[in-house]
Amino acid sequence: MIGSTAKSPPAKFKPSRNLQKEIWKARWPYLFISPFYLLFLIFGLYPTFFSLYLSFTEWKGLGPIKYVGFKNFELLLRDKVFLQSLQNGVILFILYVPLMTFLALVLAVILNSKSIRGFRVFRTILFIPYIMNIVAAGFAFRLMLNQKYGLVNLMLGSFHIPPVPWLESIWGGRVSLCLLVIWAWLGYNMVLMLAGLQTIPSDLTEAAMIDGASPTQAFFLVTIPLMRSVILFSLVLSTMGSFNLFNEVYTLTGGGPMNATITPIIDIFNQAFTNFRYGYASAMAYVYFIIVFVLTLIQVRYFGQKAD
Amino acid sequence: MFNRRVFQSSVRRRISNLSSDGLKYGFLIAMSAFMLLPFLWMLITSFKTADEIFTIPAIIIPAHPDLHAYLYMIQQYHILDIARNTFVIALSATILRLFFCSLGGYGFAKFKFPGRDALFAFLLGTMIIPTAVTLIPLYFIMRDLKWIDTFLPLIIPGAANAFGVFFMRQYISSVSDELMDAARIDGAGEFAIFWRIILPIIAPGMISLGIIFFMGSWNDFQAPLIYLKSPENFTLPLLIRSLTGPVGRTVFDIQMAGSVISLIPLLIIFLIFQRRFLEGITAGAVKG
Repeated sequence: MIGSTAKSPPAKFKPSRNLQKEIWKARWPYLFISPFYLLFLIFGLYPTFFSLYLSFTEWKGLGPIKYVGFKNFELLLRDKVFLQSLQNGVILFILYVPLMTFLALVLAVILNSKSIRGFRVFRTILFIPYIMNIVAAGFAFRLMLNQKYGLVNLMLGSFHIPPVPWLESIWGGRVSLCLLVIWAWLGYNMVLMLAGLQTIPSDLTEAAMIDGASPTQAFFLVTIPLMRSVILFSLVLSTMGSFNLFNEVYTLTGGGPMNATITPIIDIFNQAFTNFRYGYASAMAYVYFIIVFVLTLIQVRYFGQKAD
Repeated sequence: MFNRRVFQSSVRRRISNLSSDGLKYGFLIAMSAFMLLPFLWMLITSFKTADEIFTIPAIIIPAHPDLHAYLYMIQQYHILDIARNTFVIALSATILRLFFCSLGGYGFAKFKFPGRDALFAFLLGTMIIPTAVTLIPLYFIMRDLKWIDTFLPLIIPGAANAFGVFFMRQYISSVSDELMDAARIDGAGEFAIFWRIILPIIAPGMISLGIIFFMGSWNDFQAPLIYLKSPENFTLPLLIRSLTGPVGRTVFDIQMAGSVISLIPLLIIFLIFQRRFLEGITAGAVKG
C-alpha cells in the first residue's frame, strides 16, 4: 500500500527473558488480528505457492500432476497471444493512463477553485460511473459504439463523419476500451486528486500567481510537484489496472478483434477455465506477477527519489 | 497599504477570470455529459421496443415507451430473486469483513505485542499478490470444499481484508485510550471493550468501509463467473451478461432494464452516504 504511515509510535520491547510471558499477556490482540492471518494462510498463501508449483507442471484439474520443469515458461516465450496481451497492456497504458491522469488532475484543480459553483453536483456526476457495475456499463458502451445502430456513429454522422468501426477494428477496439476505462475510472482518480489538493494550502498557488506566475505555470510548477504522492498512487493503480483489465474487456470487446484488446488476465482466465491448461496458466500468472511487480517498483523508485 | 503588483495582477486576473470561468464551466459540463450519456442511453434503451433498437439510423426517442422490458425482467428472468442473491452475498460479506477488519484494526492500533510491526508490514505486503496468481488454486480449494455453486467462495475468502484492517487501524488510532482504560478498571473483558466501547465510536468509519465492501461485492463479476453455475444462483452482473447474444441478437432492451435495476440500490446508498464514501476511498491515498 502506498502512502501508508503508521500513526502510532513504534513498539519497542526491552530484551526480555520472558518472551513467552509477553506473548501470553498479549493473547487478546493476537486473537483479534488472527482472522486475517488464518484466512490468508488458506486462501492467499497456500494458493500462491500451489500456483508456483503448478507453473512447473501440466495438469488438467483431474488425475496426476505431471512435473515438466521449465517447459511452460519456454512455451510462453513463443506464445503469440500471451506476448500480444503484454504488448496490449503497454499500449492500453499509453493510450489511457496519461490522458486520464491529466484529465483527473485538471478537473480536480477546477473543482478545487473557490469561484466554482455547483461543486457538489459536478463532483457527484463525475464520480457516479465508478459505482456502476462494469458489466452493465460495458454492454451500454457496446450498444452505443455499434457501427450500424450506435448512438456515437449517429452523432458523428450529423457532422458528416462516416461510420467508425469502433468494435470491429484493431485500433477502434482499443480506443473503445480506453473510452470505457476512462469513463469508469476518471471520477475515482479525480476524487483522489481532489483530496490531495485539499491538503495543499491554497496560499501557495496564490502566492505564486501574485509573484507573476500564470495559472498554467502555477499548475505545473506548484500544484503538480506538491501532488506527487497522490499522482504516484493513482499511477501505480492505473499501471496494475491496465494489465489487469478483466470486466471491461470481457464485456466490451471480449479481447478482440484479433486479440487487439486481450489483456494478460483475460488470457490467463481463458487458458485456465476454457482450455483447462492449469499448469500453463499458472506460469502465465507468475510471469505477469513479476512484470507488474517490477513496473510498480520502477514507478515508486522514480517518483520516490524526487520527493523530499 | 497599497501594493502595486498585487493590484495589477488582481486586475489582470479578474479580466482573465471572465473568459477562463467560461472555459472551466464548458469543460465541466462537457465531461459531465460524457459521464451521464451512457446512463441516459441505458434508460432510453430500456423503454424501447427491440425493433427501435436496431433501426438505421438510430432512433433517439422511442415512439411508444413502455415498461415491457422491466416486466420481462421480473417475470421471465426473476430479477428480484437474483437481486436477493446479490444482496445476501453482499450483505453477509460486508458484515463479516467489517467485523474482522475492525477487530484486527483494533488489535494493531491499541495493543503492543511482540512482532506487531512485522506482522503489520506483512499484512500490507500481501496486497501486492495479484488475484491472477491465486485464481486457479482457489478454484480447486473451493472444489475440494464442495463450495462450487454456493455463495461461500464469494463471502469467506475475503472475510478479513488487508486494506480494511489497515483502514480500521488508522481510524482506531485516533480514538482516545481513556474510555478503554476506564472500562478495564471496571473489570470489562477485552472483547467486551471492543464490542461495547470501540464499535460505537468507530461507526462512521465502518460506514465508509462498509459501503466500499458492499459496492465491491454487489458489482463483483469475476468470482461469480467462476463459482456460480446454476442460473438460480446468479448475481445481477451474471444475469446481465447471460442476456448477451451475437451482434443484432442481444436483447438490449431487456439487458438495459436489468442494468438500470442493478444500479438503483447502489445509487441510493451512494447519494445518502456520499461524504462517508468519498472519505473512505481517499483514506489510503492521501494520508501518506
